[in-house]
Amino acid sequence: MSAREPILDVRNVDKRYGETVACEDVSFTLRRGEVLGIVGESGSGKTTLLRCLAGRLAPDSGEILVDIPGLGRSDIVAMDEARREQALPLALSLVHQNPRDGIRLDISAGGNISEPLMGQGRRHYGDLRSVALHWLKRVEIAPGRIDSLARTFSGGMQQRLQIARCLVTHPQLVLMDEPTGGLDVSVQARLLDLLRGLVRELGIAAVVVTHDLAVVRLLADRLMVMQRGRVIEEGLTDQVLDDPHHPYTQLLASSVLQA
Amino acid sequence: MLDELDIEDTAYSFAYLDAQTKRMVRRSILKAVAIPGYQVPFGSREMPLPPGWGTGGIQVTAALLGRDDRLKVIDQGADDTANAVSIRRFFARVAGIATTERTEEATIVQTRHRIPEAPLREDQILVFQVPQPEPLRRLVPEEFHSRRIHAFANYGLMHVMLYENIARYGHIAMSHNYPVRVHGRYLTSPSPIPKFDNPKLHRNPALALFGAGRERRIYAIPPYTDVKSLDFDDYPFEVQRWSTACSLCGATESYLDEVLLDDKGNRTFVCSDTAYCAGRREKGAAA
Repeated sequence: MSAREPILDVRNVDKRYGETVACEDVSFTLRRGEVLGIVGESGSGKTTLLRCLAGRLAPDSGEILVDIPGLGRSDIVAMDEARREQALPLALSLVHQNPRDGIRLDISAGGNISEPLMGQGRRHYGDLRSVALHWLKRVEIAPGRIDSLARTFSGGMQQRLQIARCLVTHPQLVLMDEPTGGLDVSVQARLLDLLRGLVRELGIAAVVVTHDLAVVRLLADRLMVMQRGRVIEEGLTDQVLDDPHHPYTQLLASSVLQA
Repeated sequence: MLDELDIEDTAYSFAYLDAQTKRMVRRSILKAVAIPGYQVPFGSREMPLPPGWGTGGIQVTAALLGRDDRLKVIDQGADDTANAVSIRRFFARVAGIATTERTEEATIVQTRHRIPEAPLREDQILVFQVPQPEPLRRLVPEEFHSRRIHAFANYGLMHVMLYENIARYGHIAMSHNYPVRVHGRYLTSPSPIPKFDNPKLHRNPALALFGAGRERRIYAIPPYTDVKSLDFDDYPFEVQRWSTACSLCGATESYLDEVLLDDKGNRTFVCSDTAYCAGRREKGAAA
């Protein structure tokens, strides 16, 4: 694999809620086109870390360097809020666990997909419409549903709609928080298939937070295991899962039910 | 309703509000003029009419009035509707100022739902009564979120509403309260005026002040400020057009109201701006 420049560089990020440690001294580097999985039990700081990366939460200390188009590598922690709100959507988008947090239920599918583009100043209805149709096809939603309200979609369709909305701006980095949580197993499998295809095809770098090891096995090149806010093990996904060193990772790897 | 109040000239301050309150309202007005389109919070007072009937407008008017002012009040373009008549009489009584129905003679025009057809001048002030000052409210219920959107000028969401209109109806179906960008910065509600009146806000020589009493906000469009109605490149902003002329004065350039004549479906169109219509008829322009 050729040497690729990092798109995300996280250095010594700490976040506490009062006495509770959410993230402690987390550092990692993500290169273009690479998919990093983060696993760990509930309360291990995965989601806090992801919210810090997305600029939704300010860490207590540390640096988060993101390669933002037009700005170059910038520390989003030190950046002022107005600038961050404007610049960060150009670089990354966040897929929420619950699609209702990431889409607008009272707006049509087409409107949901077009909104990020309109936020960037695109003002041609016909163009927006054709981009929306294109993305509906990409995420396997019938083009005839373009004017249906997102509320009328099933959970799996809403999640696919959210993914389309996140990818329509062609971000180089996508952050996913439990993208398959709350979906039934067959829908999960289809969604994973779709995500894997899109990520590989578009060469997007991604951070996938989950507690489902099957998800990281399928999607992630590298894996980070967190416990009580610390990164306890890190490496290639297959390596970590097949030959876990830390006792917690061993427990995690052996807890998966075999169907 | 306002006429029934037993207001003695000596018992109330000039123009009803006390001096401290007027000073507070004026400060908000100055800030609003300094930041075109920005909604300035103010301490709205109880007024002797219900919220929704123009409490914001009359507080702004009360703060502006001087002894030499001449006030015109219109409601949906008409000078002779109950709301317009009672607000005009209220100020005639509590401020002892002159009133008029002619747009050209007025120094302050308080209005609900219309901008007069006659062009305004630099020495005139237009005061709007505003029910909902927040143009994003239909899309963003929380004040916290809408303020962030304004702060970051992140207005893609408003275009989503236009998009939905075109997707559903084939055109932008908002006929009034059509959102505008003021001075290239703040997204602003022009109050529920028909979109026919939106172009009049653009670079108007008169100062436009907007008062929302229930929502406690004042905002302004200063004279000669750019006001752009939102649209798409391929669906440009358009105003209403009528295929007929006013049946009273024959005007073809004014905003027309449809009036039912009987229960057989007969109808006619007349100018909504009664002063404009009467002025044309006086000059002998009758159809």
